[in-house]
Amino acid sequence: MFESWNKTGVPSPELIKTRFPDEEVLIKPKAITECYEEIPCNPCETSCPFDAITVGADINTPPVVDFDTCTGCGICVYNCPGLAIFTVQIKDDALVYKIPYEFVPRPGKGDVMHAVNRAGEIIGDCVIERVTFTEKQDKTALLQVRVPRELLYEFVTVRSKS
Amino acid sequence: MNTYELVIIGGGPAGLSAAKVAAEAGLHSLVIERDYKIGGQLVKQTHMFFGSEKQYAKTRGIDIASILIDDVKRHPDKIEVMTGTTVVGLYPDHVITLLQGEEYKKIKAEAIIIATGASEKFLAFENNDLPGIYGAGAVQTLMNVHGVLPGHDVVMVGSGNIGLIVSYQLMQAGVNVKMVLEAADTIGGYKVHASKLKRLGVDIRTRMSVKKAIGTTELNQIEIAWLDDSWQFIDGTEQRVDVDALCISVGLSPLSSLAAMIGCEMKFVPLLGGNVPIIDEYHETTVKNVFVAGDVCGVEEASSAIVEGYYAGLMVAKRLGHEHPDFAARKADYETQLDNLRSGPFGEKTRLGLLELRGERHV
Ligand SMILES: Cc1cc2nc3c(=O)[nH]c(=O)nc-3n(C[C@H](O)[C@H](O)[C@H](O)COP(=O)(O)OP(=O)(O)OC[C@H]3O[C@@H](n4cnc5c(N)ncnc54)[C@H](O)[C@@H]3O)c2cc1C
Ligand code: SF4
Ligand code: SF4
Repeated sequence: MFESWNKTGVPSPELIKTRFPDEEVLIKPKAITECYEEIPCNPCETSCPFDAITVGADINTPPVVDFDTCTGCGICVYNCPGLAIFTVQIKDDALVYKIPYEFVPRPGKGDVMHAVNRAGEIIGDCVIERVTFTEKQDKTALLQVRVPRELLYEFVTVRSKS
Repeated sequence: MNTYELVIIGGGPAGLSAAKVAAEAGLHSLVIERDYKIGGQLVKQTHMFFGSEKQYAKTRGIDIASILIDDVKRHPDKIEVMTGTTVVGLYPDHVITLLQGEEYKKIKAEAIIIATGASEKFLAFENNDLPGIYGAGAVQTLMNVHGVLPGHDVVMVGSGNIGLIVSYQLMQAGVNVKMVLEAADTIGGYKVHASKLKRLGVDIRTRMSVKKAIGTTELNQIEIAWLDDSWQFIDGTEQRVDVDALCISVGLSPLSSLAAMIGCEMKFVPLLGGNVPIIDEYHETTVKNVFVAGDVCGVEEASSAIVEGYYAGLMVAKRLGHEHPDFAARKADYETQLDNLRSGPFGEKTRLGLLELRGERHV
């Protein structure tokens, strides 16, 4: 399960699914932590105002999200130095993600962008619904993106069309 | 000759943290830094750091530098900082020679903490001196300190954390990172960093390295090839890639020559990055009152360099008769933090390296 992750940094579909809850849980937004390796890191745990992420006493333990407590607020998303967290919600017939973004120019509300998968390939279009970039986010923007429903385990980031 | 209680060589995270705790314990120190500003490697780091929040994880490196510098400034009566000054010699009786501009000076110290960090390893291949070939540190200085891009199409050699992070910073600056090459079978750094690059479309190729650089006055192309099990190039697998810059990030080795110069017993421990002084559990070398902290005694991370600095500062202060009011609690806390940082698979190298250094090589 870890083969491609270790060689290319692209997690396998089975590995990806280990961090997702059942789809019915995703009618509310939930944080997905794509952090599968034991590394000495825990800002996700310490930044969550609801104590929904646990790393524990040994900071090398990969994080675990308690989906009952997670509100999908997105605070952990911009606090993760690995940019390894996003939130996702299944809403109407689409997906709404909150993803971290550290490039300029930042997109604006309503922009249509490429939807991109974990291998860096373009897999469709998506629409920016909101961009937040406040002082306390420390230069990591949070993009709220509307993504086609079928891209649930595929979508990971956006790319400009120009 | 001026005599100081404590002289700290190197104003990186380890040196600054040592000065802070020593000052809290009541000790006077002089921090000597060869660069024009203090902060060490941190001033080039624009990304959020790992570690636990105790060592400022999720804060950007450059902002951690500001925090540590502010800590030092809070003790103006206890800590003196001398920048633009290189320590060029360390002699018995703790005599230190400094080079300030064109001028040599001599000072003396009761105790010394060597916190000089590490330097980049380079890679041997044909034409590796062509303009356009840089170490990762030089690329960071160009971009993050001077705002200059090294090129438009770049290949990175080395997939350790530094190679991955600098590649990401290059992409952020608008440079096209064509690929990251890694000689080993798997990616060296944290996979979360590799995933950030993959998403951007960067090709990461394991078991590949650069064989030669091509160009007359500057770099135009590189030849890359596959490696076999013993890291030898496999004939016939060569490919050419157009680039205008090549960035080498194949590891760091401790800048430990000053320790050797003053007569510290040294040991070559590849797991710690190279030649390092033998230290006891208090970070003291085999020369009395000469301590070390940070990458100079084993290449690790800023998080551990900070804690080692605190620890060495605490120990030196005690040695010179200034026991910190919270000595026992601090000592235990720093030891726990270091153990915790080193307890995972990425800390294994340091754990085993330290055992080897202390002559307790185990299986
Ligand atoms: C690209 C990159 C990314 C990194 N990312 C992370 C991360 O995410 N998390 C993390 O924890 N760590 C990270 N690190 C590692 C971290 O920066 C280093 O481990 C840390 O800076 C080591 O601290 P130090 O004080 O031992 O050495 P340095 O920071 O190297 O400081 C040593 C100082 O000593 C000075 N010096 C050397 N010789 C002399 C001399 N003879 N006289 C006077 N001064 C001298 C140098 O100029 C330097 O300022 C990263 C490093 C790099 C390069
Ligand atoms: S999305 Fe909000 S509630 Fe959920 S884990 Fe992240 S910070 Fe906590
Ligand atoms: S903050 Fe991010 S990289 Fe660090 S442990 Fe949490 S999910 Fe992993």
